[in-house]
Amino acid sequence: MMDMTTIITDLYMARADVFLACAALILLAVGVCLKTRAFHRIAIGGVTALVLTLIMTLQQDNSGDSITLFGDMLVYDRFGVFMKVLVSIGAISAIFMGVRDLGDHVIGKFEYVILILLATLGMNIMISSNNMLSLYMGLELQSLALYILAAFNRNSLTSSEAGLKYFILGALSSGMLLFGISLIYGYTGTTSFPLIADIVLIEQTDMVSMGMLVGLVFILVGLAFKISAVPFHMWTPDVYQGAPSSVTAFFAMAPKMAAMALMARVLFSAFGELHSDWAQIIFAISLASMALGAFAGLVQKNLYRLLAYSSIGHMGYALLGYFVGGFTGVTATLVYLSIYLVMTAGTFAMILSVRNKDNVAATNLNEFAGLSKKSPVVAYGLAIMLFSMAGIPPLAGFFGKLYIFKAVLDGGYYTLAVLGVCASVVASYYYLKLIKIMFFDQPSAHDDYVVAPSRLLRWVGVPSVLFVVTFIFYPDWLVYEATQAALSLR
Amino acid sequence: MNLENFPLLSFMTFLPLVGALFVMIIKGANDERVKNNAVNVGAFVSFVVFALSCVMLFQFDKTTADFQFVENVIWFEGLNLTYSMGADGISVFFVMLSTLLTPLCILLCKQSVKSRVREYVCALLVLETFMIGTFCALDGILFYIFFEGVLLPMFLLIGVWGGPRRVYAAFKFFLFTLLGSVLMLIALIYMFNEAGTTDIPTLMEQGYPYMAQMWLFVAFFASFAVKMPMWPVHTWLPDAHVEAPTGGSVILAGVLLKMGGYGFLRFSIPMFPEAVEYFAPMIFWLSVIAIIYTSLIALVQDDMKKMIAYSSVAHMGYVTLGIFTATTQGVEGAIFQMISHGLISAALFLCVGVIYDRLHTREISRYGGIVKNMPKYATLFMIFMLGSVGLPGTSGFVGEILSLMGAFQIDTVIGTLAASGLVLGATYMLWLYRQVVFGPGKNKDALKMSDVNGMEKFALIPLAAMVLWIGVQPNFVLDRIAPSVENLLANYYEAISLPTNELARLGR
Repeated sequence: MMDMTTIITDLYMARADVFLACAALILLAVGVCLKTRAFHRIAIGGVTALVLTLIMTLQQDNSGDSITLFGDMLVYDRFGVFMKVLVSIGAISAIFMGVRDLGDHVIGKFEYVILILLATLGMNIMISSNNMLSLYMGLELQSLALYILAAFNRNSLTSSEAGLKYFILGALSSGMLLFGISLIYGYTGTTSFPLIADIVLIEQTDMVSMGMLVGLVFILVGLAFKISAVPFHMWTPDVYQGAPSSVTAFFAMAPKMAAMALMARVLFSAFGELHSDWAQIIFAISLASMALGAFAGLVQKNLYRLLAYSSIGHMGYALLGYFVGGFTGVTATLVYLSIYLVMTAGTFAMILSVRNKDNVAATNLNEFAGLSKKSPVVAYGLAIMLFSMAGIPPLAGFFGKLYIFKAVLDGGYYTLAVLGVCASVVASYYYLKLIKIMFFDQPSAHDDYVVAPSRLLRWVGVPSVLFVVTFIFYPDWLVYEATQAALSLR
Repeated sequence: MNLENFPLLSFMTFLPLVGALFVMIIKGANDERVKNNAVNVGAFVSFVVFALSCVMLFQFDKTTADFQFVENVIWFEGLNLTYSMGADGISVFFVMLSTLLTPLCILLCKQSVKSRVREYVCALLVLETFMIGTFCALDGILFYIFFEGVLLPMFLLIGVWGGPRRVYAAFKFFLFTLLGSVLMLIALIYMFNEAGTTDIPTLMEQGYPYMAQMWLFVAFFASFAVKMPMWPVHTWLPDAHVEAPTGGSVILAGVLLKMGGYGFLRFSIPMFPEAVEYFAPMIFWLSVIAIIYTSLIALVQDDMKKMIAYSSVAHMGYVTLGIFTATTQGVEGAIFQMISHGLISAALFLCVGVIYDRLHTREISRYGGIVKNMPKYATLFMIFMLGSVGLPGTSGFVGEILSLMGAFQIDTVIGTLAASGLVLGATYMLWLYRQVVFGPGKNKDALKMSDVNGMEKFALIPLAAMVLWIGVQPNFVLDRIAPSVENLLANYYEAISLPTNELARLGR
């Protein structure tokens, strides 16, 4: 039994997450009382809260060692810090984009910010989880906030549909995850990752029980839903298309980071010894995601569906690092995820600045026709992001792919590497297609789209472009941080 | 100025990039002024780069096969990558070619490019950075970055300023080259994992097992053969050439095609000698097919650019033929042929551009009899046409004859078949010249065209002079490439005659 002082010490150690939880609740209360401009004010508060959380998170990093809190429920290590930074960047960008996208809109309710804060809290718990129960708690906190966010535009049929679809499929996946957890609990008698790892290590000497493997499969299925890996990706295009644009941007960034972090915890902290068993599953979903992401994206006319398939493909590449496993593989995945995050943030910042006269963001590809004439800056920025996503050097996206494929070849999986790069060539077609529409096509006569990047969108877009372009000069720091994070994982 | 420690190559490589940034921020009251300023700044920057490259050429020590002007800076510690640049006899003239053609293209865009001139100049300057970088990079990954980076500006050049089917051409160009390149990237990463570095001189010493060499060679071949382009993966070239604006065609024919040949010399021959020996017969036949087949296709074209594009594929056939004979004459001839083709085909595309700007058609039948109103143009065009045919006294002759000498040392049949390309080349080029310049003047508009203006003379006359000069004085080039080629071949023959490799091959 924990005594009072332990709890207080643990609460202090977890002060970043505690602070975020309090801030979300306080902002909710404040928001209700505000009469005017609630969205903007709460957005400022939300960003401040996230930045403060980020500072507190980074402070924890100084110790260097990993610590476990609340009876091994949560673990704070460099891996967690790394992923939390990524999630916070995603959340802050999403709030910035939301101010532009929803702020002046009828549906611009300040709850958007609160929900993002709560989702971020859930993700931070996911990232820190060291136990199946804290994993599930974090995951559900995140998911419930995301379901509401998807349906945030309640006047729109597609948004409601997106929310409902996401909720039903998300609930299904949570069910599978819970089933997997209960199987694991049944066969190992514990829900704690380190204890599971010990039991796996002992059992491995003769034979791992089949029930545990089945449980692991169910857990992986549940997590694959969250990162929208094929074949559990069905909800992604619909939700991306239906949800408000800034929410889609959030979906494309933060939850993916959190779910990938969670996957790393489960796969490496708990089941690291079973690498040869789960690697087959990761192999299959990774290859399928790369292929489907590449081929299904080719025929899309809606920009958000295209980006959905693009993100499916990117998750396939990121998973390759987990498939290879070990320290190089995880490092490669972390580098890839960081670059993916920045590219996605930049892409959405550019896209959201193209709006029609009702102040709704453009959704169809052909609405970008002739963008390079209307606004060269936005067009070139978006083109840089897209070339980077296609993995063309000298942009950052190339280094992400370089790292992943280096890890894959290091593991000796030559065929997989060849298939992976071929998929990336196929995928480059749809990125080029959008560039073609922006640069080669003429704007249609009756198009009323204006390019109006707000200051906040610039705050997201300009750093992203700078990062993607100048990454080639200073690649080391990110790799160093990712290496440290990967080292602390086990 | 002390050139010992001055990073000349990096300076040359990145100066155009700085220029591009500068051009990007040019603002002006009206479009005309912006356009003029952009062109002037671009031309100034690229002429400075050209002057620097001349300095490099005169500082170049022609007695050694080592890399010169070497720079080594730690770039990517986590991956053990170094930023390393250097030039040897194989690369030095390709750098010259890049720095020579870019200013000409920038100057000539004043009259041939109508819209978005500022961005056009930017694209050309960025392209120059990547081109020089490709030829100077001494690190595999660095090479790949430059090699692949070329796609970005070229895609925009073709797509934004190209002809009616520009979208198709741009996509085809991009996707063909990308697919080839990513396979090379895989091979490069494999070598990286084996050697722990991608430093090119280290990789040359590395040596790989027989089977690994085979796969690596195939992967690199996928990239370089597409870039070259070799038959049967050449189909992107005619499309890209026809649709690209004049400047794009000039750079494409003048420099980009040479990247494939350069890659073979820099990677394939020194790093996978046994695979080169194994695959050489196949490449000879591909080259012969390219020479004869694409020459025949060129014969029936009615579009000038397309004809020159197909003739480029045929001329590149001599290059691959020469390189893989692995004889001194063959390899030197191949390099010479690439330099010569870089000058001649670039000039031919400029010539097409000159009349295209006036009549806005590339159809051969729309021209005729223009010798009367454009005598200077006819003279310049003739020099380049004869150079392309390979007339003795022009640079084309030296390259082709040396490659063929190499080929005859290996196999008489191959040599004979390849030599037939000379006849075919003469057939279509002379026909083209007769149809366009002589012949009956059917089209009144064509007869009203004005002769080459000052700017065009400024671009074409130096090129003509160079074609003639290195045609009669080939030693200026050959002296500088000879030590590197000899070193390359000495290492090659040493590698394929090593007893351990021999045993490994017998035991496979």
